[in-house]
Amino acid sequence: MHELSICLALIEQVQQVAREHGATRVDRILLRIGPLSGVEPSLIESAYPMVAVGTLAADAELVIETTPVRVRCNDCGQETDARPNRLLCGACGGYHTKVLSGTEMLLANLELTLPGD
Amino acid sequence: MCDTCGCNITPGNEHLVRAGGPHAHTEDGRAAVTVLASLLGENDHQAAHNREHLDRHGVLAINLMSSPGAGKTSLLEATIEALGGEFGIAVIEGDLETENDAERIRAKGVPAIQIATGSACHLDAHMVHDALHQLTLDGVDLLFIENVGNLVCPASFDLGHHHNVTLLSVPEGDDKPAKYPVMFRAADLVLCTKGDLLGVLPEFAPARAEEHLRRLASDAPFTTVSTRDPASLAPWFGWLREELAAQRARTAAGHTRRPMVQAEGTRSGGVVHRPDHDHDHAGGGHHRHQAGGHHHHD
Ligand SMILES: Nc1nc2c(ncn2[C@@H]2O[C@H](COP(=O)(O)OP(=O)(O)O)[C@@H](O)[C@H]2O)c(=O)[nH]1
Ligand SMILES: [Mg+2]
Ligand SMILES: [Zn+2]
Ligand SMILES: [Zn+2]
Ligand SMILES: [Zn+2]
Ligand SMILES: [Zn+2]
Repeated sequence: MHELSICLALIEQVQQVAREHGATRVDRILLRIGPLSGVEPSLIESAYPMVAVGTLAADAELVIETTPVRVRCNDCGQETDARPNRLLCGACGGYHTKVLSGTEMLLANLELTLPGD
Repeated sequence: MCDTCGCNITPGNEHLVRAGGPHAHTEDGRAAVTVLASLLGENDHQAAHNREHLDRHGVLAINLMSSPGAGKTSLLEATIEALGGEFGIAVIEGDLETENDAERIRAKGVPAIQIATGSACHLDAHMVHDALHQLTLDGVDLLFIENVGNLVCPASFDLGHHHNVTLLSVPEGDDKPAKYPVMFRAADLVLCTKGDLLGVLPEFAPARAEEHLRRLASDAPFTTVSTRDPASLAPWFGWLREELAAQRARTAAGHTRRPMVQAEGTRSGGVVHRPDHDHDHAGGGHHRHQAGGHHHHD
C-alpha cells in the first residue's frame, strides 16, 4: 500500500504550495494519474482524508483525472491508444513504441483561498 | 561523508518564481495554481543524490524485484560465490519475507545492511540513503539492493540505482508480466528463475512469458536461470560484467543512468548527462528539503 506514502508526499507538497502563496485554505486538489503509474486512484482517495486531517487541505475536494494510455510507434510513426498490458502499436503491431501518456503521477493544480481574495 | 545540500538555497524551480505573482482565478474567486509536480518529487530528488554518491565511487547499483520467494536471496548467494573473487560486492537487504536474508549474505563474506522496513511494501530512496551511510563503498564494484518481495509498489520508486532486475519464478506462472505490467515494464533485465522446475511445470512456457513482456513494449533481455544449475547463470554474470564496464565508461564521461521508473511525464529511464551539480529537477518538480535531513555525499 504505497498509496499511503504517496498521500503523505502529496499533502507535504500541497501544504508547501499553499504556504508559498499565503493561502488560508486549500479548496481543490487536482491529480493526474495514469494506469501505468503503479498508483491506484481509489486507494489514494481512501488514504487522503487520513493524511489531510488538521491541515489547510482538510476540507479540500480531491479530484483525480485518469490519463489515457497512448503510444507512439518508432517503426511506423503512428500514435495510437493502448492498454496497460498491451503497449504495442495499434497500427502495425510492433513493440518498438514509446508511451506518450498513461504513466503520470502528478499534482496538477490547486485551488486556494487567499486572504486578499 | 555528507555536505548540506545547496539546492534548498537555490531551488531554481519555476513554480517558486511564480509564487506571489498574479494568480489566475476560478469563477468563485479562488486562486488557481498550476503545479505539475510528480508526487514522488521528493523521493526522486533523494534518489538523484544517492546515484551521484554511487557514481562518485564507481559503484553499479542493481535493484532486485520479484514476488516473495522468487529466489532473490538465492541468486545473490550464487552470484557472490561466482563473482566474489572478481568484484567487490555489497548488499542492501530490504526483503522482510525472510528475517535472515542479511545473515545469509554475510555468511558468504560480503557486507550486508538490513533495512528495517517494518510493514513497508517497498523501499524508497530515503531508506536506501540511510543504508548507504552504514556502508563503506571503497572497493565496492557491485551493489545489490534486494527490494521487498512485491510485484506492485517497488516499481514506482527510484532508489538511486542504475538498473532494475525483475525475477519471475517458474511456479508463479508465465502470465505474470501481463498481470503486473507496471513492474515488468520497469525491468532492464528479466530473469526467469527456478528454471530447473520447468520439467515438472510444463504449463510454464518461457517463450510465452517473454511474449507477454514484449507486449509491454519492452526490449529487456529475458533469460531463464536456476541456482541449482550454475551453468545457467552465465548470461546473468555476462550481463553484470557488461553493465559494470558500461557504468565505468559512463562515470568517466560524467554521465549517469537512471533505471526505468514510472510517471515518465516527469521522469524517464536511460542515460542522462550529469553536469556538476545536477539535481534533476526536470519537469518542474516541486520539492523542498527537510532541515538537516538532506545533504550531498563525497
Ligand atoms: N528449485 C529451485 N528452488 C529455488 C531456486 N532458487 C531459490 N529457490 C528456493 O526458493 C525459496 C525462496 O528463495 P529465496 O532466495 O529466499 O527467495 P526471495 O524471497 O526472493 O529472496 C527457497 O526455498 C530457495 O531454496 C532455484 O533456482 N530452483
Ligand atoms: Mg530474500
Ligand atoms: Zn503497497
Ligand atoms: Zn507502428
Ligand atoms: Zn548522506
Ligand atoms: Zn538536493
